Order: sequence, then C-alpha cells, then structure tokens
Amino acid sequence: MTKPIIEQQKYETKREKDVLKHIVSTSLSYKLWMAFLLIVILFGMYGYYRQLRYGLEVTAMRDYTSWGIYISNFVFFVAISLVGSLFSSILKLNKNEWSRPLRRVSEIIAISAIICAVVIIIVDMGRPDRFFNVIKYFRIQSPIIWDVTIISTYLVISLLLYYISILPDIALCRDRLTEIPKWKKSMYRILAINWTYQPKQATMLKKVSTILAIAVLPVAFAIHTVTSWLFATTWRPGWDSTNLGPYFVSGAFMAGAAVIIIAMYFIRKHLKLKEYITVIHFDNMGKLLVLLSLVYLYFNINEYLGPAFKMVGVEGEHITELFTGKYAAMYWFVQIGGLILPLFLLMFKIFRRPLPLFIISIFVILGAWFKRFLIVIPSLQHPYLPIQGVDESYLHYDPSMEEWLITLASFAWLLFIITVLIKLFPVIPIKAETLTTEANVEPKTLEDEG
Amino acid sequence: MECNNQKKDSRRKFLKNISTGTAAAVTGIAFYSLSSCEDPSEEKTTLLTTDGNLVQVPNSEIEKMEHLHQGAPPAEARQGIPGKKFVMVVDLSKCKNARKCVNACDKHHNLTPDRPYIKVLQMQDNEKSAPYWMPKKCFQCDNPPCVKVCPVGATFKRTDGIVLIDNERCIGCRFCMAACPYSARVFNWGAPPEGKLDVPYSPETSLPSKIGTVAKCDFCPDLLRQNKLPHCVTACPNGVIYFGDELDDTVTNGEETVRLSTLLKDKAGYRYMEELGTKPRVYYLPPVNRMFPFEDTMKENTES
Repeated sequence: MTKPIIEQQKYETKREKDVLKHIVSTSLSYKLWMAFLLIVILFGMYGYYRQLRYGLEVTAMRDYTSWGIYISNFVFFVAISLVGSLFSSILKLNKNEWSRPLRRVSEIIAISAIICAVVIIIVDMGRPDRFFNVIKYFRIQSPIIWDVTIISTYLVISLLLYYISILPDIALCRDRLTEIPKWKKSMYRILAINWTYQPKQATMLKKVSTILAIAVLPVAFAIHTVTSWLFATTWRPGWDSTNLGPYFVSGAFMAGAAVIIIAMYFIRKHLKLKEYITVIHFDNMGKLLVLLSLVYLYFNINEYLGPAFKMVGVEGEHITELFTGKYAAMYWFVQIGGLILPLFLLMFKIFRRPLPLFIISIFVILGAWFKRFLIVIPSLQHPYLPIQGVDESYLHYDPSMEEWLITLASFAWLLFIITVLIKLFPVIPIKAETLTTEANVEPKTLEDEG
Repeated sequence: MECNNQKKDSRRKFLKNISTGTAAAVTGIAFYSLSSCEDPSEEKTTLLTTDGNLVQVPNSEIEKMEHLHQGAPPAEARQGIPGKKFVMVVDLSKCKNARKCVNACDKHHNLTPDRPYIKVLQMQDNEKSAPYWMPKKCFQCDNPPCVKVCPVGATFKRTDGIVLIDNERCIGCRFCMAACPYSARVFNWGAPPEGKLDVPYSPETSLPSKIGTVAKCDFCPDLLRQNKLPHCVTACPNGVIYFGDELDDTVTNGEETVRLSTLLKDKAGYRYMEELGTKPRVYYLPPVNRMFPFEDTMKENTES
C-alpha cells in the first residue's frame, strides 16, 4: 500500500509538514463545507435572478426606506475588511511579534470582505447594467465616487500585501509539494515568479512589505471613513453627525478582531494547527478586543448622548424609536450583547480561552451586523416631512425572501473565498522567520522589521 | 452621426424662435440645409433662424412637427430654457386637498396613485396651531443635495432653475433619495406601470419611465417650452399654485398674474426649512385667512 498523500511530499521540517498538510489532503468535512457554501450561493443567485428579472420591486425597499440590508451588509463587509490593516499594519509596525501567524488570516479576510462589499453594492444598484457609467461619467464631487476610488485602492493594496506575504511560501510549495495535481504545480510555479530564496530578493520583499504596511493604514481608515460619509453628507437623523467617521472606524476594528478570532478558532481546529495558533494568541486577541471595545464604547456614547439629551425633532423621534420603539429589542441586543457584555466578560482570563472567546466573538459579530442595520434603516424612516398618501408597503421595512437569500449568499461567498485561499496557500508562514534570512547580510533591515 | 446631431440641435433652436402660430406646425432645419448632408430640392420656404436671419429652406427638409408635446432629448434637456428662472409659490391659505393637482400630475406623468410626485401633506406645526394642507413637489433647489451626491451626473441643475433626471444615465444607487431632505424623489422599483409608451425618451417628461431609476416632479418643462403652465397649476380649482419666472418677477395661477416680489412681501412668503441651505425655488404663503375650513379629506380621497 502506498503512503498517504501527506507523506509523499518532500518536507524538510515538521513545521513544513504541519502547515502544508491541509493543502495536499482534502478532508470530507472540507468537501461538505464547500458543498454547503455553494448551495447557499446558488440560492442567492436565484434571488438575484429574480431581482434582475423583476427589478428591485422584489425587495422590501420602497421610496422612504430606499436603502435596506444590502447597504447595511455592504457597510458590514467594509468594516470587517479593516482587520487586514490592523494586523498587517498597526500590529506589525508596532512589532507585536505574537500577531505574526495571524497576519495572513487577517489579510485573507480583508481581501474576501472587500470583494464581497463590491459584489453587494452592485447587487444594490437599480441598474447594474450601467455600472460602468460610474467610470464613464466619473463625478468627483460625489461621495460614492470617493468610495469607489478608495475601495478599489484598498483591494489592490490588500491583494499585494497578501501576495508578498505568501510569495516565499508559494516557492516552498513549488519545491516541497512534489506529488500534487499538475494544475497546482504550474499555479505555484507561475505565482512564485522565480523566487529563489536569495537574500537580495528577501531584502526587496521586506522593503515592499514595509512600504505597503505604511501605505495601507491611511487607506484602511479612509475606506470606512468615506463609507460613513455616504451617510454623514445627508440630513437624515442619526447620519447627520460629525462623529460618524471615527464611530464607524472604531466599530470596524472591533468587528474585525472578532472575525479574526472566529477564523482562528476554525483554522486551529480543522487544520490542526494548535502549536502555531496557541492559547496565548487567543488570550492576546481577547485583550485586544477589550481595548477595541473600549474605544468603540467611547464613540458610541458620543454618538447617542448629545441627540438623546436634546431630543430635537426627527432626531428625537429616531432616538425614541431606537431606545424604546420598534427597534428597541435589536438596539439593546446590539449594545448589551454585542458590546457591554463582551467587554465586561473579556476582562476575566477565563473568558479569553479559545471556546468562550469564540462564542463571545460570535455575539460581537451578530451585534456588528445588526448595528449596521440600525444605522441604515431606522434613519430613513424619519424624514422631515411626514410619510402620507403612499402605499401601505412604504411604511415599514421587512427584508424580503430575495434580500435574505442574497445576503446569506454574500456570507457564503465570503467564507468561500476565505476557504479557497486557505486551502490553496499556507495560512501560517512556513518558515518561522522567513524574512529574516536576510539578517546576516543586512542587519539593519532586521532591526527595522523585527 | 454628426450631421444628425446638428440637425436635431438646429431644429430645436429654430423652434424656439418661431412663433407658436402656424409655423409651429412645421419644423425646418435652418442651418443644416446648407450643409452637405442633404439632397438639394427645388421648392423652398423662407424661415427665421435663431440669430434672426431669414434663410431659404428646401421643402423636403421641412417635416410635420409631431414631437412638440414631448420634451427635449437628453443632451438638450440639460441646458434649460434660456433667459428663464422658474419659480413656484404655493398659497397654503387656499388649499383644501382637492387633489386635482395630484391627479393631473399622475395622469400626465403616467404614475400610479400609490407613488405620486406631488403629495398633499396634512401638516400641523404644533399641538395648539391649526392643521393645514401642504402640497409638496420637488423644490428644485438652487443648492440641490441630490445633484451634489449623484456619482454619474444623472441628475442635474439647469440654467432655468429646474433639476431634472436623465433616466438613461441613472445607475439606481438611490443616494439622491437619501440626500433629499424633502423626500421628493420616487424610484421605479418595478417595471413601468404604463407598459410601453411609444415616444422617444426625454428627461423633460421622464417618459417612458425606466425600471431601476429615480424620478420626481419636474415642473413640466415640456409644457414650459410651449409657454404653457405645468399641469398641477392649471388643474388646481382654487388657484393655490402660482408659477412664473423670477427674472420677470411675475407669477400666475392661471387666473391672476401678480408680481412675485410683491406677493411674497405682502403675504410673508417663506421657503420650507430655510435652515438647510438648499435654497428651494418653491415658496409657501402661510395658511392664514383661509378660504376653506380644514377638513380631514385625506381618508375619503385615498379611498375613492
């Protein structure tokens, strides 16, 4: 009997075997997972087919609630894509070495989420066939154009960050994985762009990665700030706020950290990488989440205290609706279940163990998603002039079957991209200190980069 | 192609200069006829060009004007009617929610009653003050939030003050709807209710309406081009709505014509939510000394 496929490759160290084994062997649970995601995506495509055929009429959106869960979902995706910059830039430049194994996961999430954001915003368009009008009639005054520009910039930088991070490992895949299908071999060969582990190459890569790490930071802040301006440049209650930019960004970092924790938990469990994603990582992430929650809490108080104290006109109606009205249950779940409780619990070490932290992160993510629902929808239902003389369906907003199918499919699409990237490329750097091979030649670089 | 555009343009310019009398029945191509794009013809008619010259135009180039009741094509609709600044004054003391303006507007813009351009709102400024009816259209703001946010320039401000939408360019992002503080805009969520209208598209009528794009009250520029008043003005039985030209300083409700400045001064005209800085072109006269007592006619009207 031949050796199992995992054993047939030419590994040189145990680490190489550990982080490459999931690439060569495909488990049943992986296949089932992918099948499940594809089915959800297919349902979403059916929903979108109906929307293309009959128009946005199939959604529950109408003239007053003219933006619905597509837009709130878009904001959610933009938010979690910020996590890429948190790890690749903030933690990296601050020399937080423990975060190194998590950088790639964060970059994968950033890329997948920003792709989903682009997809979902096209789904929201009444005329997706005219998408290229955005480029043809590019009107720089419009905040939508700023958003299009900055999101495409972020997508490119994130892709580059991910690519230069995995480049040496792609070369290792090319050299170590000898018994894999032909298409995979040529893929690794082409993507490795003749990487030969030379110190010169490593130095160059390190420089590029530092430049990108710095460059991504303002862009990342900008994507979510500009997204907040889509709302802040209007007069709607709850949107007409100067606090909205930092409020969005702080919420995004918190949601992003929670997404990373969820991803860590699954990767650790299913890829059997317990030695590389350790309990210490979870503990640190828990502490980081506390810090980010505190910042978000601060902006949350700022967002609501002023208007709630004054209770002026439609702004007051909006606040009443959130605090005690028809959105109260969702609002308090988001604030307590998604922010206060996680913040409180994570101060205790026992809740920063992998499983409790994972569960808490799920609540944070649910809170983050519904928070964006609360940002987008109730604001639209309190215009300055009363809503009168329109069809009954215009008075409320309960997302339709098509909207839910498409939204669920967008999550599945996110997970699909993440899973494919994890499956194709090593998710933990194969060499513990890949980039420091250059150390002997140029000690200065080592100092810079740590 | 170039020849064609030229042809259309000059035809339009030409139309503006001919009187609304007999010459309106025909349209000619004044400049174009002299270019190389057409065949020569024996019979000629003398016509007046935009710059005031008389030219001889072959009869073969003159065709029956059938499209007079349609608006201008998209490119031309962006320009606006020269030398005009349209303005509207709504006298709240005269409105009794007769809804004739709404019906006329719905009819001429092919709208279904569930999503009209004009809404007659029941307003009450505070608990102690009396309720009143407030007909609300697009305010055609001079500092329009909708135009500012449009990523493709599908909604635009014209020289004559009107804000229009090019439904052939609109991408359906609905940012303008979120930006409009007066909820003036409606969206074509589904297929147009009228079915297929066999007219060439014009932003001046928003007809035929296009699925997945936005629409709103447009001050009926197709009628203004013919020196006629918008449908809502002529349909109102109580003379609530005055319409006119700010540069002329005159407005009319179809029966009486008054100085705009005098009317606004005498009756303390105001614009709704001045503090937003949108500079609306629609003024309101306060609901004082009313012609009708307030009756809650909303219910019976929506049911009928």
